[in-house]
Amino acid sequence: MSVATKYELKPGVATREAFGRALAEVARENPNVVGCDADLSKSTMMTYFAKEFPTRFFECGIAEANMVAIGAGLAMAGKIPFVSSFSCFVMNKGFEQLRTDVAYPNVNLKVVGTHSGISIGEDGPSQMSIEDLALAGALPGFTVISPADEVATRAAVRWATDHFGGVFIRTGRAKVPVIYAADAKIEIGKANLLLPGTDVTLVAHGMMVAECIRAAEALDGEGISARVLDFHTIKPLDEAALAQAARETGALVVAEEHLVDCGLGVRVAQAVARHAPAPIEFIGVETYAESGTPEGVPIKYGLTSAHIVAAAKKAIARKSK
Amino acid sequence: MQKTSNPQELAEISKLVRRHIIEMIGEAKSGHPGGSLSAVEILVTLYWDVMRHDPANPKWPARDRFILSKGHAAPVLYAVMAECGYCPVDELKTLRKMGSIYQGHPDVRFLPVLEASTGSLGQGLSLALGMGSALKLDGLDSRVYAVFGDGEIQEGQIWEAAMYGSYHKLDNVCAIVDYNKIQLDGFVKDILDVAPLADKWRSFGWHTLEIDGHDLLQVKAAFVEAAATNGKPTCIVANTIKGKGVSFMENNPKWHGVAPSPAEVELALKELV
Repeated sequence: MSVATKYELKPGVATREAFGRALAEVARENPNVVGCDADLSKSTMMTYFAKEFPTRFFECGIAEANMVAIGAGLAMAGKIPFVSSFSCFVMNKGFEQLRTDVAYPNVNLKVVGTHSGISIGEDGPSQMSIEDLALAGALPGFTVISPADEVATRAAVRWATDHFGGVFIRTGRAKVPVIYAADAKIEIGKANLLLPGTDVTLVAHGMMVAECIRAAEALDGEGISARVLDFHTIKPLDEAALAQAARETGALVVAEEHLVDCGLGVRVAQAVARHAPAPIEFIGVETYAESGTPEGVPIKYGLTSAHIVAAAKKAIARKSK
Repeated sequence: MQKTSNPQELAEISKLVRRHIIEMIGEAKSGHPGGSLSAVEILVTLYWDVMRHDPANPKWPARDRFILSKGHAAPVLYAVMAECGYCPVDELKTLRKMGSIYQGHPDVRFLPVLEASTGSLGQGLSLALGMGSALKLDGLDSRVYAVFGDGEIQEGQIWEAAMYGSYHKLDNVCAIVDYNKIQLDGFVKDILDVAPLADKWRSFGWHTLEIDGHDLLQVKAAFVEAAATNGKPTCIVANTIKGKGVSFMENNPKWHGVAPSPAEVELALKELV
């Protein structure tokens, strides 16, 4: 029996859709939740919130730097702002404001990037965010979350609402498979063990979690036992889970829809080097991608279960005898 | 603190604040005297006469807010807040020293009675408008004041925020441009001129006033008019003199970001008695 049969990977909604639903939900419970948008609410799905709570919705127009600082001002006066745009716009154009007006004074603002990674497809590289985790990770005190499906996104939004401080939630445009049951326990800051394994550990976030499950299934067919960890929280990093994985499986693969130079992979390498050195292979984006279908672009740029399988074998081969 | 509307008392307080500024920056051996001195009457009028605030209750939800967007003028804000009773006067001379509550630029981590950490130019208007939005949402009639440098408003974010403020009718927000005509590298007109300044703000939908920013009566009258203006935010273009009050610093770009020597401190203080 295949190890991965417990995951049917049924078609699910996009994590941006999950964000929109979850934001409206938390807003019903907490009157301090407000939203800031830069003319993309119909794409970020903040539109659900905006329609239900028009007086708590602040349309900032196409001016992301101002939007982030408007959100900071709202937070300074006691609100819980969710500030959202395409990840590439809000993180690149709003970064300085996230640094000076949110992270540095520890202001209670939540930034939600949608359309992250290269799986947005047709719109191409100017709209693709492949550096947002590096930017968010460079904000001291921030919690950085990249959920894999609807349930994980909802958990992230709910946690962010209750947590005082800066939070970045990374979501995607494309529909992603269902990983978690509706009642699954997702603890921000703790990696989720999705599949046990002894030969190699596959570490991923966002849409690459499903690819790792598929890779584990393929590896199982070849007699290789792969552990799969969902690292939905990039920061703070669950170093204990990594140390344990490195010790118990002796090799790791990190797979992410992000620049390979500056995403989860480098953080994993730092933690593994510190606690239990082991060979690690890295799957990620090397440079700016191109237009194509949401399914086709990740294939061309190396983000598939087949790439993970090959990397896992390479990592295992590098284990010291 | 004892609030006052008496111009003579406010003039005396302004002089005291200028003395603090000179002494603090002299002691620190670095800092920005010119743009601190040019904003004195604006801050003194706000804190002693115009704003609803209580130093004994600094987080009072219904308070008016003040943001020094031109954060490099921190000495004027520290001196004013200290004299109001928010923070110790006797520590003013620790300005810019390690561990001081009086950091080089306003820093809420060290001085929590501040409304915002500033220093990276161009951001305070957005913060003020965000606060103004939240206050309206809460049904509070509090006002938000923010002071900008004229060089600072070269930043594009200011104009993003200016559009936002008028579009959202944030009449509880008042921007004050400390129009002292000088920035770090020289005269504003020689760097990237912001004139015609009042026309710019008017065209962005702001109720706009032009005043002499050192004339206490004009400063007060402008804040009264701003508070009485409905449906739009107000921008006060305050024509000021960089280095105001110290003859050798006045209107001289050199004094943007240079500290006076001990001898210059003494000379300056003689003019501020």
